[in-house]
Amino acid sequence: MSSLLFQISFFIYFLAATTYMVFFVSQNAKVRKVARTIFLGAGLCHTLTIILRYFEAGHTPITSQHETVSFFAWSVAWCYLSFRWRYTVKNFGTFVSLLTFCLMLLSAMAPKTILPLVPALQSWWLPVHASIAIVADGFLALACIGGIMYLLQEREIKQKRFGLFYSRLPSLDALDKLNHHCLSVGFPLLTLGIITGSVWAKQAWGAYWHWDPKETWSLITWFLYAALVHQRFTVGWRGRRAAIMTIIAFLSVLFTLWGVTYFLDGIHTYAA
Amino acid sequence: MPHESIVLLGVNHKTTPLEVREKMALSDGYESPLAALGALDTINEYYLLSTCNRVEVLFTCTDPTLARLQILDLLFGSSIEKDQLERHVYQYQNNEAINHLFMVASSLDSMIVGESQILGQLKEAYRYASDLKTIGLVLNKLLHKSFTVAKRVRSETQIGANAVSISYAAIELARKIFGSLDDKKVLLVGAGEMAELAAEHLVGQGVSEVVVANRTLERAVKLARRFGGTAVSLGELVDQLAYVDIIVSSTGASSIILSKDDVKPVMKERRNKPLFFIDIAVPRDLDQNINDLENVYLYDIDDLNNVVEMNKAERDKEALKAERIVQEESLKFGQWLEKTELTPTIVELRSMADKICRNELEKSIGRIQGLTAAEQKSVEKMASAIVAKVLHHPLQYLKNGNNGTNQKTRIDIVRDLFNLEESRMDREDQ
Repeated sequence: MSSLLFQISFFIYFLAATTYMVFFVSQNAKVRKVARTIFLGAGLCHTLTIILRYFEAGHTPITSQHETVSFFAWSVAWCYLSFRWRYTVKNFGTFVSLLTFCLMLLSAMAPKTILPLVPALQSWWLPVHASIAIVADGFLALACIGGIMYLLQEREIKQKRFGLFYSRLPSLDALDKLNHHCLSVGFPLLTLGIITGSVWAKQAWGAYWHWDPKETWSLITWFLYAALVHQRFTVGWRGRRAAIMTIIAFLSVLFTLWGVTYFLDGIHTYAA
Repeated sequence: MPHESIVLLGVNHKTTPLEVREKMALSDGYESPLAALGALDTINEYYLLSTCNRVEVLFTCTDPTLARLQILDLLFGSSIEKDQLERHVYQYQNNEAINHLFMVASSLDSMIVGESQILGQLKEAYRYASDLKTIGLVLNKLLHKSFTVAKRVRSETQIGANAVSISYAAIELARKIFGSLDDKKVLLVGAGEMAELAAEHLVGQGVSEVVVANRTLERAVKLARRFGGTAVSLGELVDQLAYVDIIVSSTGASSIILSKDDVKPVMKERRNKPLFFIDIAVPRDLDQNINDLENVYLYDIDDLNNVVEMNKAERDKEALKAERIVQEESLKFGQWLEKTELTPTIVELRSMADKICRNELEKSIGRIQGLTAAEQKSVEKMASAIVAKVLHHPLQYLKNGNNGTNQKTRIDIVRDLFNLEESRMDREDQ
């Protein structure tokens, strides 16, 4: 049942992304309205999917590759939606819907079987630690998208050749503020995610820190973001440099989430 | 029934030189000329528009030639020669007039195509005409339609989106860099006319503070005072860079006054807040390499010209789209108008037939004795069925025609055939 719902959400995300693309090219306000509604619908349907999956699996569905990436996509979608409620960034939705769709695609390709939870993971720390970490990743993903948009816009202004993006993307200032905003939510959450993880590790495995690859990489990620936030606040790093750094740091997030599982071995794998 | 035409008379910046337009402009507002037009009984509904680029009269009448003479004489006869008027004034009728009005409202006929001011001016003119009740069903609907057409053009095309003058291009760029200009400070280097113009635009867009640096301090002080700003000497230029956001340079200096190395250390002091240099001086004042610095943007006069050219090309493309919308809407309005022209004839035809039917029924039923209520009903039914069947084809003909005849001719034929003119007079006499 939940996997049928997943397929439906996947399809609605696909519709939302396509509609957003049409809007991006045509800049027709009616199309935007439709795209927003579809995206919201996708987000709601996805929420339902996750709740259903929770009951089917009997534990928070953040344990397999499929579930984690799906939850990541959900978190990106809802971070964006919660964000939009406070203020809008021109054409941000197009990029976010694309990313969400790509994540759903990745999730759809992973095996969807429900895996029994190994005893080590059977704890209420699971939802707390994993969801905080993934919501943090959601905001960091938004920051990364903001960074990409900044670079696209800045390039056109600097080179004085206006193409597709100049009129469609918001001002550099707005994009820089977006970066700042997402970081100031995402970074504390990331920190909290690591702390809860370490507390849980103490309970489950007896030590706060094991230096297993996932932990190491999340620490590296944390340092990258810490450096960025520090530079922003002290010497006023901004604009291009901050945008590039945000993108690099996010690549590190992605590696922590996937690369580690595929390339490096450790106790911190998924239930499989 | 005589047919009313919609007629538009006017002059605009394309057909008429400024010195003629000046004489024609309705400088004392709309009330008195509108009231004066009320004295003419050749025109029915009428409305006036006067802006710095155009003067237009829109009216409905049955005899356009006579109405034209009277209106031109009444409004402009005292201020301008007759033959000069004849040379400049354009006249559009019916569909052409509708199309022209829609073009004007959508800012496709403006000097700067896509500017949005005209719609406001149109609405104001409409308000006067509406308050003085000089417009009726047709013009009211037409003017309202012109507002919605303008809105449609604005929302479905990018006609007003592009800056087509250098100062607007510069301001648009500034907005793309800074977002809002509200709390931004501008430094004018050189106090010439160009600097003044640029400052005017920037202040108009919300820039909060103006600093003027000039070779002669006296001139700087004078210009600064105009914008409530401060004056500094050219020697303080580099120090000022730490505090301002936008620099407009327009000195007559023969060589570069600010190099990349001058600007570089400032960025640290500014904590990398962006700087936007606009160099409108020829020869250039600013080192081109300044643009290579991070968070610093430099546009010279050629760059801005390129932006303007690009925008113009873009706007022309959008204008084509907009004109298609206008044509489509004009067509739709024309159709509506035709229908409203038909309606009175249809109503009259029906009421005439009904009247005959009723009269004859009364006569006959009075003569036949002993009819039950049910029988009387069916006789009445039969009579109205005959009327309806007889009228069916004439009405069909009126609405659609069958061989592409002009609607006006069809109306005339039907009215003649059924003698509607006289039957109306009969009714009015009673």
